[in-house]
Amino acid sequence: MTDTILRMSGITKTFPGVKALQDVNLEVRRGEIHSICGENGAGKSTLMKVLSGVYPHGTYDGEIEFEGEACRFSGIRDSEHRGIVIIHQELALAHNLSIAENIFLGNEQAKRGFIDWNKTNHAADQLLRRVGLAESSVTPVVELGVGKQQLVEIAKALSKEVKLLILDEPTAALNDEDSEHLLGLLRGLRDEGITCVIISHKLNEVMSISDRVTILRDGKTIWTENTSDLTEDKIISGMVGRDLEHRYPEHTPSIGAEALRIEDWTVHSPTQPDRALVRKVNMTLRRGEIVGLAGLMGAGRTELAMSVFGRSYGVNFSGRLIKDGKEIKARNVREAIDHGIAYATEDRKRYGLNLIEDIKRNVSAAALGKLAKGGWVNGNEEFKVADEFRASMNIKAPSVEAVTGKLSGGNQQKVVLSKWIFTNPDVLILDEPTRGIDVGAKYEIYTIINRLADEGKAILVISSELPELLGICDRIYTLSAGRITGEVPRAEATQEGLMTLMTKEEQEVAP
Amino acid sequence: MTVAPTNADLSVGGTGPSAPKPGKAGFKLGFDMKSSGIYIAFALIVVLFTVLTGGDMLAPQNISNIIVQNSYILVLAIGMILIIIAGHIDLSVGSVVAACGAFSAVMMVNWDLPWPIAVIATLAFGAVIGAWQGYWVAYFGIPAFIVTLAGMLLFRAITLMILGNQGIGPFPEEVRTLANGFTNGFLGNVGLGALGGADLFSIIVGLAVVVGIAVVQWRTRAGRLRYNQAVDPMWLFAVKVAVPAVLVMFVIVQLARFRNLPWVLVLLAVLVVGYTLVTNRAVFGRQIYAVGGNLQAATLSGVKVKSVVFWLFVNMGVLSALAGIIFAGRLNQANPTAGNSFELDAIAAAFIGGAAVQGGVGKVVGAITGGLIMGVINNGMSLIGAESEEVMLVKGAVLLAAVAFDVWSKRRTSAAR
Repeated sequence: MTDTILRMSGITKTFPGVKALQDVNLEVRRGEIHSICGENGAGKSTLMKVLSGVYPHGTYDGEIEFEGEACRFSGIRDSEHRGIVIIHQELALAHNLSIAENIFLGNEQAKRGFIDWNKTNHAADQLLRRVGLAESSVTPVVELGVGKQQLVEIAKALSKEVKLLILDEPTAALNDEDSEHLLGLLRGLRDEGITCVIISHKLNEVMSISDRVTILRDGKTIWTENTSDLTEDKIISGMVGRDLEHRYPEHTPSIGAEALRIEDWTVHSPTQPDRALVRKVNMTLRRGEIVGLAGLMGAGRTELAMSVFGRSYGVNFSGRLIKDGKEIKARNVREAIDHGIAYATEDRKRYGLNLIEDIKRNVSAAALGKLAKGGWVNGNEEFKVADEFRASMNIKAPSVEAVTGKLSGGNQQKVVLSKWIFTNPDVLILDEPTRGIDVGAKYEIYTIINRLADEGKAILVISSELPELLGICDRIYTLSAGRITGEVPRAEATQEGLMTLMTKEEQEVAP
Repeated sequence: MTVAPTNADLSVGGTGPSAPKPGKAGFKLGFDMKSSGIYIAFALIVVLFTVLTGGDMLAPQNISNIIVQNSYILVLAIGMILIIIAGHIDLSVGSVVAACGAFSAVMMVNWDLPWPIAVIATLAFGAVIGAWQGYWVAYFGIPAFIVTLAGMLLFRAITLMILGNQGIGPFPEEVRTLANGFTNGFLGNVGLGALGGADLFSIIVGLAVVVGIAVVQWRTRAGRLRYNQAVDPMWLFAVKVAVPAVLVMFVIVQLARFRNLPWVLVLLAVLVVGYTLVTNRAVFGRQIYAVGGNLQAATLSGVKVKSVVFWLFVNMGVLSALAGIIFAGRLNQANPTAGNSFELDAIAAAFIGGAAVQGGVGKVVGAITGGLIMGVINNGMSLIGAESEEVMLVKGAVLLAAVAFDVWSKRRTSAAR
């Protein structure tokens, strides 16, 4: 009988309007590395937040049993006290503090209220040796690369006498060498008896490191299997398998001339200017065509889109944009809009809407000039325009003077779309257009996208949901680690095929 | 107690809590506690001090005093509310007031330049100061708090360099009149029965303002109806026109019985109307709210965020220069300690007047009302013989209460979401 360290049973977690987890069961054995796989939005991170107490007991249904005892965590401190430590994708280190200070942050080695620095640094040095990080414990974290910061996080977890270590996408931001080191370290920890749960998109890693794999899809557990019985294909089909019927409106495209061509487009990270996030991308968007862009989190989808949209993300750009056969320079957002490019963000609350203003002022925000004469806005005309969008987009609100912060996600998305349609773009980039909205509103958004294509606009849809791309796109590009790894017409596209291209390693595609 | 409340309703489409059915010309209740609270509080404070002072509060001379004594703070409050709406702050305005006052004194008194040239040059000087600060905030990316804290020291130092340790004066007659003087009784007096004689010209101006308010409101309403937008029911519309009209006429009649209209009141009225129009109807005004409401969304909507912030600081510099001239003209001397703590009064006026700590919210009329609330508290408490520390205590409490109300009402609405 194997020893079960963690049993989560019947976990259900609802957010307003969305069931994020539905009767999820997870069983982790002591001393194993257990991978959790699933598409973006499948509920992996939510499940880990339930486990670590970020969502405290009482905000979800179901039972958590750790080392044979029922647990009711009221916060992260509770779960850490029991030996469950989670390392998030965005590392939570204080950049200007030293490694040692970070390791013992919130757990200071103090005597009568004063920090014992000798003890702190000595203990930190020992932990650093354990994780194989050859740095002095007094080095400020800001001087370390992402890979080494990841190791500091693990050292921090070890300082808390971790029994169950949870890593959310630990290698997403690492290069191959650092990834390899990290995975080696995890194997070592397993041999010391520390149990690991890893959330990962990189299937080759999952296959090489984990003992067992659990698949989540749409907030439900699909299956748990021993890795020795699995293949990457089987994991992929587990992640994506669902029926596709009647969720997407019928649409026959009438494809016209080329609207935008992206040539050798390269963009670097604003925080690490020598790291390319988008590498030599070539794409073509044609009028009347809906093109999909598939890629996993961190592949550079949003970075690509925003950099094309007036260089609103990234530094050190190179490459060319050819609009209607002529090269354009869209050096800022205003110029991009004037060239007929529009970009509807994936995060409408943070980047899309002014939530404290009403619908009409949001709709007019990107093209206020069209409603103004000599710098003065015609408020009545603005109302009329917004009201027409309210009708044509079916925005459910008492009036266009309703504050957008109070609308549902689907209606907020329609306001964002209205804003961009009002700029009368030729090229419309939609980043996760249906994220966080319910099925009915999704169908409406798809219908709107089809209508826009029929009006002769070139549309690029970025989505994490492969069924969505397969359902609405005429052609799909795949992006992996900043490179285009494939271009597939709708007729030939399958989820498995796309997933294979999306997880393709860099070496395989390099010329 | 000036034109301020009269323009409260110049704004296009106040947002009411209950909105009409879509697509039809419906009625909505235009009474919104959050946005009206400030005017009600102002009215209550005025009534309170009127009772406490046995009516002296609203005596003709006292009303005139309140306006003239607070004019420069109100001018600053207009610039400050715009900066706060955009999500920034300006701590340097007091020092800029002093520096500009000193600059104008040197030109008018020491160099004997004609006063119109000196005034224009001073406004330009203020613009340059604003551009300096705007550059560091908008283009260099230093938080406005730091830039203007440095400015507070820098421009005070410049003032001291210009003036040494003494004041410069006296100012030309015209500048003193602008700051401290009154319109002439061009048309002589008219008898008002029991109230005695009053200046006919002032009363005609008052009537013109009232008619103006009514016409503008009516045209706005007609325009909204033409586009099938929600409007207030007729009785509420009438109240919203009548209340400011009565207030304006009351103030004007009182002023007409004293020494006619203060020139600073005329100036303030022009500024308030102008800036209210800019914030409500100009593309630039809209962009201020967009920047303060969601900086990223504004950037991604093609708003030239940096340029908006830069010009806001230039504007603040010009208004500070104007306030500097008024203040120096009123004292008839440019003084090295002029403008001390003016920034605090202007910031307090903006927040009492309904600006949000996070930016994106606020009205020019609100800031003026906030400034008047502080002015009335100052004036009323000194009339009843309160000590200055008591005045300070009350002002501090009012500021805290106003912002607490804003935070509380915001939390309540977001909880109800």
